[in-house]
Amino acid sequence: MIVGERKPFSEILSMVDNCSKILILGCGSCVTICMAGGEEEVKILGSQLRLAFRRNGKNVEVEEFMALRQCDDEYMDDPVLIEKVKEADIVVSMACGVGVQHASTFFNKIIDEGLVRVVPALNTTFMGANIGVGEWEERCVGCGDCVLEKTAGICPITRCAKSLLNGPCGGSFDGKCEISEDTECAWHLIIERLNALGELDRVRSVEPYKDWRPSHSGGLRKTVREDAKI
Amino acid sequence: MKQFEPEIVAFCCHYCALAAADVAGKMEFQFPPNVRVIRVLCTGKVEVLHLLKALEAGADGVVVIGCKFGECYFKEGNYRAQKKVQRAQSLIGEAGFEQGRLRYDFVPGPGGKKFAAILTSMTEDIRSLGPNPLRP
Repeated sequence: MIVGERKPFSEILSMVDNCSKILILGCGSCVTICMAGGEEEVKILGSQLRLAFRRNGKNVEVEEFMALRQCDDEYMDDPVLIEKVKEADIVVSMACGVGVQHASTFFNKIIDEGLVRVVPALNTTFMGANIGVGEWEERCVGCGDCVLEKTAGICPITRCAKSLLNGPCGGSFDGKCEISEDTECAWHLIIERLNALGELDRVRSVEPYKDWRPSHSGGLRKTVREDAKI
Repeated sequence: MKQFEPEIVAFCCHYCALAAADVAGKMEFQFPPNVRVIRVLCTGKVEVLHLLKALEAGADGVVVIGCKFGECYFKEGNYRAQKKVQRAQSLIGEAGFEQGRLRYDFVPGPGGKKFAAILTSMTEDIRSLGPNPLRP
């Protein structure tokens, strides 16, 4: 899932300065699961903003709404939501960066270009997994050329600090990476699991350098499925 | 001039604080009358939002009273409650409120005297902070 963290309150407050009607829009997908932009977080931010505004004697209306998925037209095309967006001075999106951009494009297209301001309430941090209650860790950088079949399902691009394809390096000690005692060496994990799987031969040959063209360094990426288009 | 009487919301655990409230009543320990007691099955179920909403509605202070650490009827509800109160304190601090308006405390079932003492000291602390600016 995409993991995010709420921005500092002072930063959110500065974005909505001089607005008299604010709509906080939550997202019911990834950021709900990582407890950053779901229904509860939307209500907490709403409550916190109301407390701050009323504390300063400002009369600002704060509304809250949830979209199941802000990165998809199908879930945004809701007449109740569109009406609320029309009435609001600003939309504070609690989705990931994808959701914020899509919401901004969608509302400006549906309502009127240049009429809707959408601002982010989260910092999108990474694509990761839930590794414990209240804990998430990065698992994929979206390099566009998956190597997990060679590395026993552990990604060296994401989890090795040097993104090595032939590891471990000399900085691996006692299963830990040299960058921090809390960080496991990805290549230590890979070798251990390959050994357990009886596939250690996989790492005996040298892996050639990686083709980084499908990664973000090749510019904006796009996927088109002709068979799925109408 | 009339003294400011704080309105305090007390989320009380059914298994300890509420029993302590009964004991306080039976033993005739005095505690301030402006306390609204809300019974909860476990303080672990008191959410951050409940604390914020109480302040939004104009409460001058909110106290969550659970069991002693290690003695929660549901094992770890009081630890959860304490963490939620700490989080809510930081959230209201960001919004410009005094963190002392929220408090977590514990009391054993027979602790009527302590129950009265918690509410009395909370009332005094809130009185020194002044009324909630959002008070209707």
